[in-house]
Amino acid sequence: MSKILEGLYYSEDHEWVKVLEDDVVLVGISDFAQAELGDVVFVDLPEEGDELIKGEEFGAVESVKAASDLIAPISGEIIEVNEELVSEPEKVNQEPYEAWFVKVKMNNSKELKDLMDHKAYKEEISE
Amino acid sequence: MIRYNKLIFELSTEDRVGYSLPNSKFSDYNINDLKTDYLRTEEPDLPEVSELEVLRHFTNISNKNFGVENGFYPLGSCTMKYNPKINEEIVNFNNFKRLHPLQPVSTTQGAFKVYYDLQKILAEISGFHEFSLNPYAGAHGELIGLMIIKKYHESRGDFHKNKIIIPDSAHGTNPASVVVCGMEVIEIESNKRGRVDIDSLKEAISGRDDIAGMMLTNPNTLGIFEENICEIAKLIHKAGGKMYNDGANLNALLGKVRPGDMGFDVMHINLHKTFSTPHGGGGPGSGPVGVTEELAKFLPNPQVKKMDDYYYVENNGDAIGQISAFYGNYLVSLRALVYLLTLGKENIKLIGRYATLNANYVRNALKSTYELPIQGNCMHETVFNGLINKENDIKTLDIAKRLLDYGMHAPTIYFPLLFPQAIMIEPTETESLQTLDEFIEIMHKIAIEAKENPDKLKDAPTKTPIRRTDEVFAAKQMIFSYKDYLEYIEKRDE
Amino acid sequence: MFKYFAHTKADIDKMLKSLNINSIDELFSELPKEVILDSDYDIPSFKSESELRHYFEDLAKQNKELTLFSGLGAYDHYQPAVIDALTSRQEFMTSYTPYQPEVAQGTLQYIFEYQSMIQTLTGMDVSNASMYDGTTATAEACFMASAIRKRNKILISKTLHPNTIEVIKTYLKFKGLEWEFIDSEAGVTSFDDLKNKLDKDIAGVVVQNPNFFGYIENYDGFSETIKDNKSLFIVNSDISTLGVLKTPYEIGADIACGECQSLGMPVGFGGPYLGYLATNKKYVRKMPGRICGYTHDLEGNRAFVLTLQAREQHIRRSKANSNICSNQSLMALFVTIYLSVMGKKGLKKVNNLSYQNAHYLYDKLIKTNKFSDPFKQPFLKEFVLETTLSHDLIKEVLLKNNIFGGVSLSIFGEEYDNLINFSVTEKRTKAEIDKLISVLEALS
Repeated sequence: MSKILEGLYYSEDHEWVKVLEDDVVLVGISDFAQAELGDVVFVDLPEEGDELIKGEEFGAVESVKAASDLIAPISGEIIEVNEELVSEPEKVNQEPYEAWFVKVKMNNSKELKDLMDHKAYKEEISE
Repeated sequence: MIRYNKLIFELSTEDRVGYSLPNSKFSDYNINDLKTDYLRTEEPDLPEVSELEVLRHFTNISNKNFGVENGFYPLGSCTMKYNPKINEEIVNFNNFKRLHPLQPVSTTQGAFKVYYDLQKILAEISGFHEFSLNPYAGAHGELIGLMIIKKYHESRGDFHKNKIIIPDSAHGTNPASVVVCGMEVIEIESNKRGRVDIDSLKEAISGRDDIAGMMLTNPNTLGIFEENICEIAKLIHKAGGKMYNDGANLNALLGKVRPGDMGFDVMHINLHKTFSTPHGGGGPGSGPVGVTEELAKFLPNPQVKKMDDYYYVENNGDAIGQISAFYGNYLVSLRALVYLLTLGKENIKLIGRYATLNANYVRNALKSTYELPIQGNCMHETVFNGLINKENDIKTLDIAKRLLDYGMHAPTIYFPLLFPQAIMIEPTETESLQTLDEFIEIMHKIAIEAKENPDKLKDAPTKTPIRRTDEVFAAKQMIFSYKDYLEYIEKRDE
Repeated sequence: MFKYFAHTKADIDKMLKSLNINSIDELFSELPKEVILDSDYDIPSFKSESELRHYFEDLAKQNKELTLFSGLGAYDHYQPAVIDALTSRQEFMTSYTPYQPEVAQGTLQYIFEYQSMIQTLTGMDVSNASMYDGTTATAEACFMASAIRKRNKILISKTLHPNTIEVIKTYLKFKGLEWEFIDSEAGVTSFDDLKNKLDKDIAGVVVQNPNFFGYIENYDGFSETIKDNKSLFIVNSDISTLGVLKTPYEIGADIACGECQSLGMPVGFGGPYLGYLATNKKYVRKMPGRICGYTHDLEGNRAFVLTLQAREQHIRRSKANSNICSNQSLMALFVTIYLSVMGKKGLKKVNNLSYQNAHYLYDKLIKTNKFSDPFKQPFLKEFVLETTLSHDLIKEVLLKNNIFGGVSLSIFGEEYDNLINFSVTEKRTKAEIDKLISVLEALS
């Protein structure tokens, strides 16, 4: 049974968005997604300052047998990248909700409304 | 035998030699006369070993491999048939092996005749007009075939036709080849019977004028014949597209039906699957591409032609261009011709029948214990979705590994992607009834073990040169050379 | 009955009975009736083994093995006898892609050793498990540069082998990428022209060393200039020459690629050969092809596996950077055995002997006054000359003496019209070289 945290927003691509303050958010992948991927061996991250466009890929996660693109759940500018994941990609498996990929300053916080809350996401993955 | 566990580099001793070269004849000259700026500063770290050490090393590591002559090798989609010895004898004739690809055509007429005759025989067997033997492998053939389709559309001014339809059951190379060829994929779902869903296809092409073609494996990757192939081809042709046949599964059709007659316009053949050339541990293969008469001028350069009884080479201005240094993996083509002439028309036509009989025999015998996701007959290979009895959490991987303990190679696993626990078995026509019965018996035994003694499967294999490997370690550590390895060991031991 | 099929009539009957059918044809009931074959293929009848031998012996007689003084991408180097003895072992030859590492350590280990040898010869960080040939490896290197730099244009030096240029062009054209040529100056890549043509669209720059004419190029300043432009430097080399020449790493290459045929592989009428590709570790995930890595099994034994497969087509499908799904594995074994036998000293000796033979021939030909050197650049085993003699005459007369050499480069296009090529490996004896010289000397 996958863990789903309350208070986060979720995308159909199994990413979570956590609001830190007003328009600043963290983005990561859900427990469900990490379990589907298996042991993560590599995380390909964008660079600080890159622009994030909702629906477009901004990086990738690789396990031994699978690769999954990271699809931006919201738009904005990347203000920080979690470099720790580059050397310790296993964190994505161990603590998926701690292992954020990018910190983003959103340019349209209304986009959050298009995402699912924890209940809707729970339904989504139980389908 | 004691477990051999050395790298060639670990045998190296300074000043030992394994070569024999002539003495210098012209010592007035020396490579060190070149400016030092042109020369490497350090010697490469190549091993220094004697001839016998080389032989022992590679013989010992070869013993850790499983080949077709070791035992049953039912690797689905790969057609692991017997690789005849006479093929190998003939490619070693000096008058083939020692021909320079650029030497005057008057001195290579026999070599060109081999090329020409093989392409003609392939054309006859598959129902096409002409083949190029230049593509190096199946995936290379796919790329070249798609280039031909793209070039055809461009030659008619249809630059916008750049969509290729591919069923979700396709080999991964199909969508990858499309993108490498600068086109886009439209994926369509298979229906419940594992075939192309005609309604999905119609929907995918309706109202579009940018359909360049469709790639289809037939029999498809589930080992099932696409019974609506003629209708599919008509739909694609009506939409202005060309039909590409991934010839990976041609073995099933030999003697029964020709891809060209089913409406395909382009196909590649894997000589290393259907026509018995050795797989060589992953290559060299050969992926000749055949086309209809309309598309023949687009075949890659150089093209081998014949006038009266003289063979010559032509570079055609309409061609897609050049895709190989010379004539492809020529010596692989030569092996395929030897095979085809060994069998002749009398025996080639039996291949599809025997391969299909063998696959159905295995399918029927295993369906009581292994889950058959698609009912009905199969062609040359059969796909199961793991054990029927799912208790004890036994995965397809465990079954495959246990088979290795029983001295058989595992089937293809986790492909096609349509079934989560896919096991794909292709027995080929060269296997005897006794071998099939033995395989069936072992598969049943494994099913019983899965129930009664699941650890036997989860721990398997235990009788192989090594046990299961740590793939996460490999991907994270990225040790790809002896240099990396030494650095890793040094760091580890610090 | 036929030797490659095991089924007897009784076997077939037994199998049909178990399937509850009367004939094999019933298994094909789903095939559309209108396309079922109703006659035999129009191809020859089967041949017995001795008939087959005769047939191919006769065909072989229509070919002529010549003494090779030509290279141009296929070189006649010495092949140690142990190679065929080992590569013909069925354990290597008949196995497939090492999907089950527990029963494929032989293949996986030699791939690891192969990668190690390419690594040390090129000086680069990492080699893949090999590719089809040097031309396609170079084309794939261009794709790789484009994917890494997200740019669409490649600069190609005019001193590349025309076959390599043609293959790159085909690949780029269909992928929708662009290219431009860097001019040559006195037979080598023009640094000035490179500087003129570098701009923000250039993903990569491809050069060949030794180049098509056999010349050893000087790349002083190339790497810095290319890196300043944030483009990648792709260096194509005949691998054998890297036993002595400056490595791609030392030249400042980001990707090293090229042909391995020169490591004793039979010229074989063009194949199978092997293309290598090596790069820096930071680019490994954009590298095409298989790669083998070191690991251990669950008992701690050293083991090798295919790794980083998430780059490849069977996982990435339409998002893969390359569609390649195999390697030239058996030829990679060939390379590994060759380099094991030759070792560092043997490879150097091969290069030195070839160098000596080629330079002796060069000096003698110049002395005939029938040949001249338009470029006067340093070379190793291959060189081009201009001549007052007719190219056709040279070809004919040499052929009469069972020699293939002095190849007119006009076969590669008008721009090379006045040049002929000679290549001499360590295999050529003094008698053979002297004969070539005397035949040419006698011409007018």
